[in-house]
Amino acid sequence: MSPRLRGYALFAAVGLLVLVVAPLTLPAFRLDELAKYLCLAIAALGIGLAWGQGGMLTLGQGVFFGLGGYAMAMYLKLHDAGGDLPDFMTWSGVERLPALWKPFANPAVAVAAVVAVPVAAAVVLGALVFRQRVRGAYFAILTQALAAAFVILLVGRQGLTGGTNGLTNFYDFFGQDPEAESTQRTMYFVTATVLGALYLAARQLVRSRFGRLLVAVRDGEDRVRFLGYNPATVKTVTFAVSAGMAGIAGALFVPVVGIISPSLLGVVPSLELVVAVAVGGRYALAGAVLGAVVMNYAKTSFSEQWAGGWLYLEGALFILVMTLAPKGAVGLYEQARDALARRRPAPAPVPDRPKTEEVPA
Amino acid sequence: MSDALLQIRGLKVVFDGFTALDGVDLTVGHGELRFLIGPNGAGKTTLIDVVTGLTRPAAGSVSFAGTELTGRREHRIVRLGIGRTFQTSVVFEELTVLENLDLAAGFRRPLPTLLLRRRGVPDAVAAALDTIGLGALADRPAGVLSHGQRQWLEIGMLIAQRPRLLLLDEPVAGMGRGERERTGELLTEIAREHTVVVVEHDMEFLRRYASQVTVLHEGRVLVEGDVATVQADPRVQEVYLGRGREEAA
Repeated sequence: MSPRLRGYALFAAVGLLVLVVAPLTLPAFRLDELAKYLCLAIAALGIGLAWGQGGMLTLGQGVFFGLGGYAMAMYLKLHDAGGDLPDFMTWSGVERLPALWKPFANPAVAVAAVVAVPVAAAVVLGALVFRQRVRGAYFAILTQALAAAFVILLVGRQGLTGGTNGLTNFYDFFGQDPEAESTQRTMYFVTATVLGALYLAARQLVRSRFGRLLVAVRDGEDRVRFLGYNPATVKTVTFAVSAGMAGIAGALFVPVVGIISPSLLGVVPSLELVVAVAVGGRYALAGAVLGAVVMNYAKTSFSEQWAGGWLYLEGALFILVMTLAPKGAVGLYEQARDALARRRPAPAPVPDRPKTEEVPA
Repeated sequence: MSDALLQIRGLKVVFDGFTALDGVDLTVGHGELRFLIGPNGAGKTTLIDVVTGLTRPAAGSVSFAGTELTGRREHRIVRLGIGRTFQTSVVFEELTVLENLDLAAGFRRPLPTLLLRRRGVPDAVAAALDTIGLGALADRPAGVLSHGQRQWLEIGMLIAQRPRLLLLDEPVAGMGRGERERTGELLTEIAREHTVVVVEHDMEFLRRYASQVTVLHEGRVLVEGDVATVQADPRVQEVYLGRGREEAA
């Protein structure tokens, strides 16, 4: 089988597993959990693109995840309130709907904002930062500080954002009861489909000329300038795409899990996403997705057995991967495959004569 | 001089109080092959860095086909038609030889078309690949290339850019004899159709392939002329061999 055909076959097999086998075999609440992992995998896919392909170690994807999540949640809160103030605002003593909230009463605006707001934020940040040639560890620290600042802002403005509690208690999701099993099932399929579509789009981007240029920027930004390209543009575009993906992930997370709050998008959740991508294999988009699903599954199962232990295991795993297998699980798989290929006798390059071995003498 | 492609006037570059270039004038005409030589620290690479936008001068002007270059950003200068190589060759190791060349040929493409996958080999890329003779390695990652092959790939990337002026920074540094000869042939071939400025240390290479030479010394132009004149000049012998210092003392 050619590598290309093998790639499609693998994608189809995974698609079958996720869209048919999992819904038929998993109990409803496990399927909900898987839907949550798939949401996080969408954000991880964006990190794979920005970090693995573009070399931008973004430690603040939670910010974009949060922007998307809050955009969706603000619409749901306004819809539930039906013209009145959302419940938490009344509790915080807010008397009039803040201007920031008004556009989100319109579902079309809210859904557009899920992508547009994170993308716009990333474009502004990228244009400022990449043009000034801020990169490497400095960029990583900057994005992490941004995640910390975002949480402080959300917590501090309780009347506007719901504070530490975030936005929760949704009663109507586009005409459905968000808690109902049928809605949850639908959301699972929606999330899985969106992830699949975004994965294919990201793969196309990586294989395009732009993707080659992105790798070139990662490996030799200064050299790329002398090929006539502006690396700042290439990085800003990629960063914006990854932010858009995080926004979509956050928006899907809201109906799937039923809440968006600062503790879901601060420094630690942002770092956990990056760790998951590293463990899965950052240089392959599939590695990022795999890492997010497996690490979050492991986190849930492990925490059910031993509540406080996961953080240690996650940290240890991260150190192991970074020191021993920087290409993650996908890298280990590729190494094993190549080692097997070497042990097998190589196919004869050019047969000198027609094959007659099979013919019995 | 209306025939000048590159015109440098009164160029001065200062690094933390050290004057690397001090009032350099240089004119390179259309179609010329110019060698730039001089001892270590003479300012040869600094001169190229200023032309390509990597270093900002303290004073002076660099004009390319009538356009002032100082203060422009690197990629803008490339887009005007100036290409360069570096002393330590930088090729993109994870990309194939063909992809490296395709990238170099592509900066004129509008951004949306970059989102498509490459189909086939563009003419400029095929021509560059042919010129540098790496056709057999086209689909291998550039990381597997030898030092010499990398330098040729860099030169190929430069040709694929289709620049009007090529600046080569020590193209034969670290090369074996065979590789030098191949590079010299390549240089002669390229110079037929392009304006080229070569910074070089290697005197033997210079004797074989140079015609017009500019000698830099301590940030100033010492001598300019053809190879024989320059070689015969006592000041050049002095800076290269340190001879005459005792006589002068």
